[in-house]
Amino acid sequence: MATTAVPASSTTRPVPAPRTRRDPATGRGVVGTLLLYAALLILSVLILAPLLWMLSTSFKTTGDATALPPQWIPPTPTVEGYGRLFADAQAPLLRWLGNSVLVGVLHTVLVLATASAAAYPLARMRFPGRRLIFALVIGTLFVPGFVFLMPNYLIVDGLGWLDSVWALVVPGAASAFGVFFLVQFFQSLPAELEEAALIDGANRWQIFVRVVLPLSRAPLATLGLLSFLGSWNDFLWPLYVLFNPERLTLPAGLATLRGAYATDFPAVMAGAAIASVPVLILFAFVQRFVIAGVARSGLKG
Amino acid sequence: MTAIAAIASRERRTGGAPAPRAGLYPTPRSPHRPRPWTPYVFLAPFVLIFGTFVLVPAVAGLWMSLHNWDFFLPDRPFVGLQNYVDLFTPDALVAQQFWESMRATGLFVVLSVPLLMAIPLGLALLLNQRFRGRTFFRAVFFAPYVLGVSVVGLLWQYLLNGNTGLINGYLAQLGVTEPVPWLTATPWVWVSLVGVTVWWTMGFNSVVYLAGLQNVDEALYDAAKVDGASRWQQFVHVTIPQLRPVILFVLTMTVLASANMFGQSYLLTGGNPSNETRTAIMLIADVGLEQFRMGLAAAMSYLLALLLIVVSALNFLFLRQKES
Repeated sequence: MATTAVPASSTTRPVPAPRTRRDPATGRGVVGTLLLYAALLILSVLILAPLLWMLSTSFKTTGDATALPPQWIPPTPTVEGYGRLFADAQAPLLRWLGNSVLVGVLHTVLVLATASAAAYPLARMRFPGRRLIFALVIGTLFVPGFVFLMPNYLIVDGLGWLDSVWALVVPGAASAFGVFFLVQFFQSLPAELEEAALIDGANRWQIFVRVVLPLSRAPLATLGLLSFLGSWNDFLWPLYVLFNPERLTLPAGLATLRGAYATDFPAVMAGAAIASVPVLILFAFVQRFVIAGVARSGLKG
Repeated sequence: MTAIAAIASRERRTGGAPAPRAGLYPTPRSPHRPRPWTPYVFLAPFVLIFGTFVLVPAVAGLWMSLHNWDFFLPDRPFVGLQNYVDLFTPDALVAQQFWESMRATGLFVVLSVPLLMAIPLGLALLLNQRFRGRTFFRAVFFAPYVLGVSVVGLLWQYLLNGNTGLINGYLAQLGVTEPVPWLTATPWVWVSLVGVTVWWTMGFNSVVYLAGLQNVDEALYDAAKVDGASRWQQFVHVTIPQLRPVILFVLTMTVLASANMFGQSYLLTGGNPSNETRTAIMLIADVGLEQFRMGLAAAMSYLLALLLIVVSALNFLFLRQKES
């Protein structure tokens, strides 16, 4: 390959390099760039093709959905699959979507409020019991969640929360990870700002709300995002604590389609499309933010 | 004493203590002396939820596992360690079911974790190059993760359908006359479960790796280049050691996630063929929340948790050791 013959130091000379050689900005040759884009393109097709197939099938007739060879463009486009789904009182998809959003938002707000309020004294105050509470929080970081499944079912039942949003919003809201993550961040903040506010006569609550929280937007966003994604994707728990079709979240609801529409692929794919298209559109707008949040979770842990 | 001097002297006094960072203890003259109950007010909401849904259940679960606890029966007699003994009695049906499900979970961990460690690392290295459209591709690779397991399950159940699926449709065009039983027979079920999981979550792991890669000091690569290190040598001697903490994090998270696998089996194979892909979590949910033999299910969860904690600790120690 011609490109490999060029010594790397050639880029330091001001002589304009021939266009077929290495790009000084990336240190890659043309062949390298082509290979890179080829790899990216193949991977993107592997990711996106199943999603396009889902959309395409949702607009097909039942016959076309299973026709061979596979047809990417529906031969006789129709919205009958969507129609069958919307006519079914057992499958109120928009209701499920709404429930999922409601549960996700309430859960996230509760996680952020409780974790930040708990992390603040753990990071900044001295009081009896501080070590014990912190040790318990750290200890549960390593305990897998399914251990709590059976007793929590009984507790939720005892509270009368079975088949209600509260069963999904509250039990998982005590985020040991969130407290640990925020304690680390709060301790990294310079204490002087809070000192100054204290001397100005602010009380602890005012300092927390007006000084600490505004400085913590990035970690709060990360925690909020991970909480929302966790709640949005939660599958097992809603499957067992919700019963009424009206109350299901999207993941639990979609699972019921599998049995009810076993061979009606356009209807099932219509359901999957309704569940994913709004999310994907939202993701397209906030993807930088989402990805930055996920990235930060690893650096801290 | 000025406020700054006060801060400085307190900084010195509390020094490197792990606990609350210096500073915030008001001077005698400051207008707000901390009221002794202030920290507890801040902690109360968290502690209430944490106590009710984490601490109490941790103990209650153990208590339940020592009883013949059936949701619908008024009597829940104390049986001591009988539930655990049953799980270790080779002839008992529950023991056979439990260890078969543990085998399924173990197999899934062993098959999926190496791929979920290696493929996302490759992807992250690719995305760490400088090129146009990087943000776009990064978003595309992450996209399946936001769909959630239910959409992923429905979608792939259709794509992998033995008779009418897209995958077998294309294989038929390539001359594979016998339809591959992706969702109904071993070993294909494992290929499907692992493949779908990789498709679904590889973007998540790559993003975590990518953040680690971007934190590696460029100067280290420059130094390696000066020493004449090849690309591969740079990868082995700079990238991997620098990434070690991130690799440990991803490994721990991935092992736990794979050991918790539930949705993929539930939606794609239903645990079939003959319960071979019924994972431990699936069995625990079935025994505890379908059949309501909750004491037995609690015993199963404690055994699985114990095993996972041991595995995580070994992971941690092993990678620590290699580091030193």
